[in-house]
Amino acid sequence: MQLRIERLSHRYGDVAVLDDVCLVVDAGRIACIVGPSGCGKSTLLRLVGGLEEPASGQVLQVGEPPERSLNPLTYIFQDFALLPWRTVAGNVSLVLEDHGLSRDDREAIVGDVLARTRLADFRDAFPRQLSGGMKQRVAIARALAVRPAVLLMDEPLSALDSQTRELMMDDLVDLWKRENLTGIYVTHNLHEAVRLGHRIVVMSRRPGRVLETVEIDSPIWDRDPSDPALEITRQHLWTVMRDEARAVDLELTGD
Amino acid sequence: MTDTRERARRVHFRGGGFAPRPVRLVGPAVFLVLVAAWEAGARTGVISPLVLPAPSEAVGALVELWVSGELWEHLAASLSRLLLGWVSGTVLGGLIGLAIGLFSLVRAGLAPLVAALFPIPKIALLPLFIIWFGIGEESKVALILFGTLFPTVIFTYGGVDNVDRTLIRMGQSFGLGWFSIVRKIILPGALPAILSGMRVSTAIAIILIVAAELIAAERGIGAYIQIAGSLFATDQLIAGVALLSVFGLTVNWMIARAERLLLRWRP
Ligand SMILES: Nc1ncnc2c1ncn2[C@@H]1O[C@H](COP(=O)(O)OP(=O)(O)OP(=O)(O)O)[C@@H](O)[C@H]1O
Ligand SMILES: [Mg+2]
Repeated sequence: MQLRIERLSHRYGDVAVLDDVCLVVDAGRIACIVGPSGCGKSTLLRLVGGLEEPASGQVLQVGEPPERSLNPLTYIFQDFALLPWRTVAGNVSLVLEDHGLSRDDREAIVGDVLARTRLADFRDAFPRQLSGGMKQRVAIARALAVRPAVLLMDEPLSALDSQTRELMMDDLVDLWKRENLTGIYVTHNLHEAVRLGHRIVVMSRRPGRVLETVEIDSPIWDRDPSDPALEITRQHLWTVMRDEARAVDLELTGD
Repeated sequence: MTDTRERARRVHFRGGGFAPRPVRLVGPAVFLVLVAAWEAGARTGVISPLVLPAPSEAVGALVELWVSGELWEHLAASLSRLLLGWVSGTVLGGLIGLAIGLFSLVRAGLAPLVAALFPIPKIALLPLFIIWFGIGEESKVALILFGTLFPTVIFTYGGVDNVDRTLIRMGQSFGLGWFSIVRKIILPGALPAILSGMRVSTAIAIILIVAAELIAAERGIGAYIQIAGSLFATDQLIAGVALLSVFGLTVNWMIARAERLLLRWRP
């Protein structure tokens, strides 16, 4: 399923947050969005996911989602958003309960996604008993359970320590390889962006506009993190972002 | 190469504290010591029996009450009023609280009303209730219902307000229906606050039922205390008060059990 964001603008009261954002994400591709803090990345993702209505412009899904998809546009949240009163298995089964599946079907799906995220041994644990990395894997398992066509990820790794983040990046790369997903991945981290994205979009400070788009054509699962070409791309992205980040810094301390 | 004459001092431990943990048997021990001191005071004459009867005399009064069979009559009368009033007040309060938490219009209409009515000492309204519902059971049940309603409303909608909004957004982003979100996300999230509300509302219910029975009842623990008081039978009075305290302890214990059972997931 292709995702087309057309001339999207948004404001909260007097504050313009997004200004005329256009972006196309082709089926099976991952777009990474980077930009300074407060530039409207999360807002953009909420608009794409239909959790908020844009002031103007539109978000289009082009093509039918796969038949089996229960929730075509699926979120992975930065702070995991697990229900603390449900076990790992319960959190995954939550998102299947409103789809008229039989108990056995649900059990089968839960078992399958927990196995794929290496969580089978923790199915009866409560979130408080899990480490950050495991919680995020539960969130990924939950997202996979509804067989999404498009994954919307808002800084999914930023609450994790750097070792766990490295491991989770490998997990995500595996995921892209197996599932052929379309995705929008918001991050602050340019390393993540060059490893996980086909297209990297740099946004300006608020109100967010698209400053620059960079394509990386090599398949994500073939990328070597120490590849000099990636490093050059990253450096280039950083130069584009640096002035924006500085300007934000001045604005925040200025008034 | 270290200079051994340099004075080495251990780093002072300055963390710790501020983390109450359960200590067994201290509570009962304090209670026993107090009662023993009281008994000893009464026996040695330090505490005149006119001022305060010995605990053993109060126990005697309690046994007498039990043997005569009146104990059960009083208990049954109080308990049935309490249960009926508290359950209906809690259910109604929970529903109103949920509605205030969920719907802006209900909140705008009812939240100020609840805030205005909550601080009224409900016992002051008993004469009104007697006029409206008669001198019998109804007025007492209504009083308890009214008394438990407001704290339940306030705790429930406070709990609903405090449910993590990202969890609700999560539910919506996965396409959960409205009822599912209320039942599986909002209610469990508000449950800790609702249970805290129950601690408050049960205490209020006990205070109110006794107050109501003191004023107008033939049966019930409050009535027993009232009769004892008017006859200056202080041993019976203490016995009645002790019964109330046992009441309160039992209720507290039951809520603690419920919390442990229902809130196992809490860190
Ligand atoms: N619900 C809201 N009401 C009012 N203002 C909001 C709301 N949500 C976000 N904003 C404002 O919109 C701007 C963009 O917010 P957003 O969360 O989209 O930024 P972001 O790019 O995700 O930032 P970060 O990198 O820190 O996560 C911010 O200035 C924020 O204060
Ligand atoms: Mg954000």
